[in-house]
Amino acid sequence: MVIVGAGEAGTAAAIVLRERGWRGRLVLIGNETMLPYERPPLSKAILVEEREPGPKLLVTPERLAELGIHYLQGRSVEWIDRATHTLKLSDGSLLAYERLLLATGARPRNLSIPFDAGSRVATLRTYADALAIRQMIRRGGEVVVVGGGFIGLEVAASAVSRGASVTVVEAGHRLLTRAVPPPMAELIRTKHERLGVRIETGAVVERIDAKERRSKVVLADGRTHLADLVLVGVGVVPNVELAETAGLVIDNGIALDETLASSDPHIFAAGDCCSFPHSLYGERIRLEAWRNARRQGTVAATNMLGMRRPYEDVPWFWSDQYDETLQIAGLRREEDVPVARNLGAKGQIFFYLAADGRLVAACGFGSLDAIAKQIRFAEMMIGRRLAPNADALADPTINLKSLLV
Amino acid sequence: MLTTTRDWVAVCAADALAPEGVLRFDHGERTFVIIRSPEGEYFAIDGHCSHEKVHLVGGIVDGHIIECPKHFGSFDYRTGEARTLPACIDLQSYEARVNDGTLFIKI
Ligand SMILES: Cc1cc2nc3c(=O)[nH]c(=O)nc-3n(C[C@H](O)[C@H](O)[C@H](O)COP(=O)(O)OP(=O)(O)OC[C@H]3O[C@@H](n4cnc5c(N)ncnc54)[C@H](O)[C@@H]3O)c2cc1C
Ligand code: FES
Repeated sequence: MVIVGAGEAGTAAAIVLRERGWRGRLVLIGNETMLPYERPPLSKAILVEEREPGPKLLVTPERLAELGIHYLQGRSVEWIDRATHTLKLSDGSLLAYERLLLATGARPRNLSIPFDAGSRVATLRTYADALAIRQMIRRGGEVVVVGGGFIGLEVAASAVSRGASVTVVEAGHRLLTRAVPPPMAELIRTKHERLGVRIETGAVVERIDAKERRSKVVLADGRTHLADLVLVGVGVVPNVELAETAGLVIDNGIALDETLASSDPHIFAAGDCCSFPHSLYGERIRLEAWRNARRQGTVAATNMLGMRRPYEDVPWFWSDQYDETLQIAGLRREEDVPVARNLGAKGQIFFYLAADGRLVAACGFGSLDAIAKQIRFAEMMIGRRLAPNADALADPTINLKSLLV
Repeated sequence: MLTTTRDWVAVCAADALAPEGVLRFDHGERTFVIIRSPEGEYFAIDGHCSHEKVHLVGGIVDGHIIECPKHFGSFDYRTGEARTLPACIDLQSYEARVNDGTLFIKI
């Protein structure tokens, strides 16, 4: 068994393969030069904490040794020969596989505009990126975040709490357009503005110039912002090149069936790099989320051992914004009907009902204690395809658990 | 040998917590989570998850498991044992008993 990519999905899969009884050779290959670590803290604790915190490791070296997982770090897989079941690594070595898991993740999308190589423009995906960004955030310094998505807003929150002056420029007309319903995005915007982040929507960046160890961000309307750090958070692209050159089917990521097998039955994939059909939504989706990566890694590992378990987890995502949390369960479409549940100062939840009354998504923003349980019960309802009463959903005095029957 | 004295401290009226109920209890610098099992027994463990500093009071109880509200690590609240990743470090558990209608834990 060979796993390419030692992120959340790949590492979870390696551990699960052993836990489910795989006794043979097990190799985990990662192109980063460190032990596997968690990415979510990179935009949160790692930027905020006073003293530089180390990475939050997914597994200790002792545990890797105990489980007999051969971890090849700092090496990338360059070629898959499907006919002979062989991989070629960047150090020139060849490696045979019986079953292969591709957990290659995603990489930040680059800006499609010119920018000067000397300018202080950064993207955030790796621990090394986070340390570099940490260095460029200082009290009284200027930070410009390009893109009002999750990563950008988390970095904005972290930078403001470190005493930097922060401007978010977003080309669209509101923040978080992809995942978050408009009223919730509005609440999050208000929170940021109250804490001193300037937010400019409808602001298109035209180019970024280098200027005396700083960057000058030039907007299409002629305005400019000087910055010690320009953080570009305009989405990610799945790492599919390895799969593509091996001739696997690609469709917004490595295309899988519901058991997470690719178009080659000996090759599976998991995490941000893959798309899969979801039975709850009747369509092919690709997720960029931490829990999905871990759980897909787990299911793919099980299926590499010959089970045929479909992956049916309800999509789930969280983001921290200052002392508050956003959690989203399920997927929402434009036509779904919102039902609001107001928790007063503690937060706000929106439920989304499909035309047939089925609960398909729930999104909460507020204190973790107030919203987490409710989103968890909503997730269970979504998974069981329940059609809860809308008035009950709207009434904060009704325990959602009582609707789970 | 180092010995620490453990004290029984009063938490709340025992009937303030329904079966499957969860309660946060702070004592000095320390924080605990008190859980009443579906069978009606009381248990107490450290309040913060061992993965990150997140209070377990926001999590759901399923049987004898309490699930962390942040990333769904889970613990057997009878023993404090970590049951599901990303939680992998056990929590300390504390004795709980009811005396004269008041719930006490030994900390
Ligand atoms: C800053 C940041 C904050 C985040 N915050 C949240 C959050 O709050 N909530 C949430 O739900 N999600 C969050 N995410 C998303 C979450 O971290 C990802 O969904 C998750 O890491 C995906 O896991 P993965 O295993 O698919 O990919 P990755 O974790 O990206 O791992 C893939 C690994 O494979 C390596 N690799 C790629 N190609 C090769 C090759 N050919 N050979 C060898 N190695 C290769 C890559 O270098 C990488 O190390 C965040 C992500 C980032 C970057
Ligand atoms: S904080 Fe509890 S599982 Fe992460």
